[in-house]
Amino acid sequence: MKTLYAILVLCGAVALLPAFVSSGVVLNLVIMTLYATLLGQAWNILAGFGGQYSFGHAAFFGTGAYASAALQVHFGVNAWLCLPFAIVCGAAVGALVGALSFRYGLRGSYFALVTLAFAEVFRILANSVKFTGGGVGLLVPLKSSALDFQFQGKAGFLYVILALTLAGFLLSWWLKHSRYGAWLTAVRDNEDSAAALGVDVFRVKLQAIVISAGLTAAGGAFYVQYFQYIDPHLAYGPAVSVEALLGPIVGGLGTVFGPLLGAAALKLLGELTRNLMGDAPGVSLMIYGAVLIAMVTFLPRGIGGLFQRLAAKAP
Amino acid sequence: MLELSILFPSILNGLTTGAVYALIALGLTLIYGVLHIINFAHGAVLMIALYGVFFLNAKLGLDPYAALPVMVPGMFALGYALQRFVIGRASHGKDENILLATLGLTLVLENFALYAWRSDTRTIETPYTFSTVDVAGAMISTPKVVAFFGALAATAILLAFIARSDLGRAIRAVARERQGAKLVGIDVEHVFAMSFGIGLACLGAAACFLLPAYYVNPQVGNGFVLIAFTIVVLGGMGSFAGALLGGFIIGVVESVGGLWLGESLGQIGIFVIFIAILLFRPQGIFGART
Repeated sequence: MKTLYAILVLCGAVALLPAFVSSGVVLNLVIMTLYATLLGQAWNILAGFGGQYSFGHAAFFGTGAYASAALQVHFGVNAWLCLPFAIVCGAAVGALVGALSFRYGLRGSYFALVTLAFAEVFRILANSVKFTGGGVGLLVPLKSSALDFQFQGKAGFLYVILALTLAGFLLSWWLKHSRYGAWLTAVRDNEDSAAALGVDVFRVKLQAIVISAGLTAAGGAFYVQYFQYIDPHLAYGPAVSVEALLGPIVGGLGTVFGPLLGAAALKLLGELTRNLMGDAPGVSLMIYGAVLIAMVTFLPRGIGGLFQRLAAKAP
Repeated sequence: MLELSILFPSILNGLTTGAVYALIALGLTLIYGVLHIINFAHGAVLMIALYGVFFLNAKLGLDPYAALPVMVPGMFALGYALQRFVIGRASHGKDENILLATLGLTLVLENFALYAWRSDTRTIETPYTFSTVDVAGAMISTPKVVAFFGALAATAILLAFIARSDLGRAIRAVARERQGAKLVGIDVEHVFAMSFGIGLACLGAAACFLLPAYYVNPQVGNGFVLIAFTIVVLGGMGSFAGALLGGFIIGVVESVGGLWLGESLGQIGIFVIFIAILLFRPQGIFGART
């Protein structure tokens, strides 16, 4: 219960933020941190709780983004209605990838590589098909009204991404406290013994990837509304897949607050390097890569794990 | 149907590219076979090697083929150090950690290149860049023919080395049975680092053969990563003969697929093969099911 209260207090505090802060820069930073948190939470459900490391979450993100953008551009559908549609499309892609890879027993590195290959296939398709605007991408028509999921200021976007992140928090909390979550972590810790104890391994993993993909697709739909533009590289390129996995690994895998902790730490680090080294291309990702190696080598349980260890040592 | 007069040169071109692919994949399959890890940074390291060849040519005027004695030991040393000091320390006995560490390495190398050398695509000019060789009526560019025979020669040397030398025997012993190798007194950590070094040395050689007919930019490795993995799973993880055959198959598929579907959509064939092989025959053509 303590975790649940912490989540609610945290989200409440962020919700009050626009009342006190009017700086667009600060609000944008908070929005981007929450957005990275959302992608991290989605990845964490599959990898942190389920032990299935995906290198291709861009496949779900891009599908959500394109589903929402294409529906608005080609059929003039209201953007709010596009959001659930995007989630369903992303989840469907998740079900497809999951059904194929888990049915044939792909594990560990093989699963990571096959998800990456799926993302690449989608990228090439989006680059070649007219429906997605080819290499030019899709520009969402400007409407600038809350009824069309396009807000005048940043505050509106903050509330939307906060609501999505809250959903991610509640899902993670539910995984910590539900029977399904116990099955999922059992599969992560030892697939064969989980199966021997009567856990339907295939189904549990499939449900995890569907939830994870749906949440990632929601992030994609949000991205399209916030930036009003999507192209194959933004949607299906490796950058999104990396962003999704970096946060939880830095913050702490398989924990409720890990993705937020990681996303906040990385954003802070990103701002710091930008101030120190300027906006030169590649610098921030170079540092993220070094952070990834350092975390895996020295802090495999993330910043959250470090806090726990320190707390355990303190009298 | 396509005219034979277009198809034949296209297949020949595919075979020449395939030989270089095979050399790249051999490095990857050696590392996998011995260390049982997937080196996700293989493409990024190839990119660094290509830059090495490029700068040796641009700054010192060294011919790309003459750069071989510099690049091969250089990449070997890089690989040895990477395994000893970075990758080996990150594993903690988990496959996923290696994958993540090599992904981190990819990010570092790729973005370092982007930072230091910008995103410009660079090529080199040699006297033979635009010359061609007549192969049974098909005109194939000279660098590609050299690459074909060069890659085959490098492969032959590697295979002979693994089959005949003491280190090769130690490598095969570690690949087969790690604990047993340790018990008979093989320094397993050293063999790991040597194998990683040899795997990257293959990339050094491949870069020398590749660059005269190719280009380099910070993202160039991306394309090669999945191609090399496709070849390795197609041929069976850890199988040298499989990597060789897989390289030729993928080279031809890419070349002919590009002819049929156009440059961008043609690549899709490789990924579809990759996914299909992983799903339906993960042991590859030569691998035995475990």
